[in-house]
Amino acid sequence: MKLSDIQSKVNSTFFKEHQKKLYQSLEDKHTTIEQMDDGDPLSSKMILNMGPQHPATHGVIRLVLQLHGETIEKVKLDIGYLHRGVEKIAENKTYQEFMPYTDRMDYLSPYSNNVALCTAVEKIANVEVPERAHYIRMIGCELARISSHLLWLGTMVMDAGAVSFFIWTFKEREKIYDIMDRLAGHRFTVSHSRIGGVANDITDEAMGAIKEFTQSFPNELKDYHKLLDRNRLFFDRNEAVGVLKTKDALAIAAKGPVLRAAGYAYDIRKFAPYARYDEVEFGVPTRLEGDNLARYFVRMEEMSESIRIIRQCIDKLPKGPVRTDNAKQAYPSKDEVYYSMEGMIHDFMMTDTGICPPEGAETYHAVEAPKGELGYFIQSDGTGHPWRMKINAPSFSNLQVLENILDGEMVADTVVIIGGLDPVMGEADK
Amino acid sequence: MALELNETLQNTIDGLSDKFTDKLIEVYQSTGDTFVRIESDALVDVGNYLKDDHHFVFLTDIAGTDRYTSDERFEVIYNLVCLKHQTRLLLKVRCDEEDPELMTVSTVWPSANWMEREVYDMYGVRFKGHPDLRRIFLPEDFDYFPLRKEFPLLGIEGSIELPNTTPDTD
Repeated sequence: MKLSDIQSKVNSTFFKEHQKKLYQSLEDKHTTIEQMDDGDPLSSKMILNMGPQHPATHGVIRLVLQLHGETIEKVKLDIGYLHRGVEKIAENKTYQEFMPYTDRMDYLSPYSNNVALCTAVEKIANVEVPERAHYIRMIGCELARISSHLLWLGTMVMDAGAVSFFIWTFKEREKIYDIMDRLAGHRFTVSHSRIGGVANDITDEAMGAIKEFTQSFPNELKDYHKLLDRNRLFFDRNEAVGVLKTKDALAIAAKGPVLRAAGYAYDIRKFAPYARYDEVEFGVPTRLEGDNLARYFVRMEEMSESIRIIRQCIDKLPKGPVRTDNAKQAYPSKDEVYYSMEGMIHDFMMTDTGICPPEGAETYHAVEAPKGELGYFIQSDGTGHPWRMKINAPSFSNLQVLENILDGEMVADTVVIIGGLDPVMGEADK
Repeated sequence: MALELNETLQNTIDGLSDKFTDKLIEVYQSTGDTFVRIESDALVDVGNYLKDDHHFVFLTDIAGTDRYTSDERFEVIYNLVCLKHQTRLLLKVRCDEEDPELMTVSTVWPSANWMEREVYDMYGVRFKGHPDLRRIFLPEDFDYFPLRKEFPLLGIEGSIELPNTTPDTD
């Protein structure tokens, strides 16, 4: 379809330049392909704008699809509807002040995001973290992974047509929210991790809830497998849909389960172990097919691996402090703040100036978030604010994958493929 | 400062200093990460060399930075991963404040496509030969580059001209 044809039909009333360039870039994609039926009056080509407000896009993402009948000829993505400029905000906040913003990045697994920021700052400022805090963080991260994958499972199966399944996975997510409430004091945006440790120790109540969850959840997982693993309808919707080859996955930098489903076992927990992941045993589920079904199997297996990690963490959980006892590097405990003058001064200093990494220091540190490699690149100028903080968001990379694998698929599979890639716009749009 | 390099990085640095003697500006480490800064005109050649000869096939991220008040104001950092030897290398290039332009590496690593668009969107660094250089987050009608240090954090209404966002008015 020619740009002039699109322009004459679409009457943009605002962001005119933006719309024009977007349609132009759609037209320019794959210009090498010969347009066979250019002058055909019966041509069934059309441009379909999907989103930004669409229930199946899992957030505010807009896809401009050029269709030929029911086949997608080419597609361009328009993202940025949830751009809040968190990197700019980060440059004007202390490291600890910025931490709650990370909850709102990938809001489906806030715990991993907190840990990602804190580990990066600990690396650049050379902060020691107590053993116990590492294990509590690992428990939190793995619970966040299960919670995120449960949301993906529910919505993806719902996109494929089974609505009741969504309610069942949310029943389990609700339990994780309750655990987070007891562990961190918040259900959703937990902000539990602190630079130098975690905010508070794991209570007996929280521990009991986590143990109960590790007992009950594998049975639920078994039920999910029973329903879906041999389900003809589910297979037909997902098998050989949205295929990503290993070579392409590496070339366009797919992250996390999307990359592992395409055949490469790249997992930061094994690649560069942080916290104490080198002391627990777990596998990295990998598939070779690269289609939506492979992504399903990878994520399902990851959930049972997470349960395995949590159980090992509970067994190994050492005794001791949960935050480093160095007033220059971490907030003092509230007991000190309320009952000693020094404690109060230190608390004030941490809030006012914050932790100051050495001038000119640069670091990149990544963790394996549920969506993939979540990395923070920090440049310090010696003050309490980062000079530059770049967030390497896995959803952003995976959306680029989406733009590449949708071409040639059926339009009805679009929502299933988006569901299978599991992007979170809060993270992709920064 | 002495560098503590593992075998892969040592080989890579040796190879780079052999092959690109004039183009290699500095190699340094900070908090355990290894940074290599090169001349911007050798970027694509170095990229191809690192990818083909040293297995740095995976480009996970591109970060721009604003070195406000320094010469060669903008810096672009390519975050490369060698999957074969489990090693990470950060490659840096700098460019001038006036008309900042670099060669695209999307011919070497296709994943650079969106990442370079993000750098362009935030800093205004253009990438020559990029297949689709548009802004990625902000609309095309927006005239500023928000992550530059002179861009204010808080806006004063009416102080800068912004594109119209309400469909019914002009």
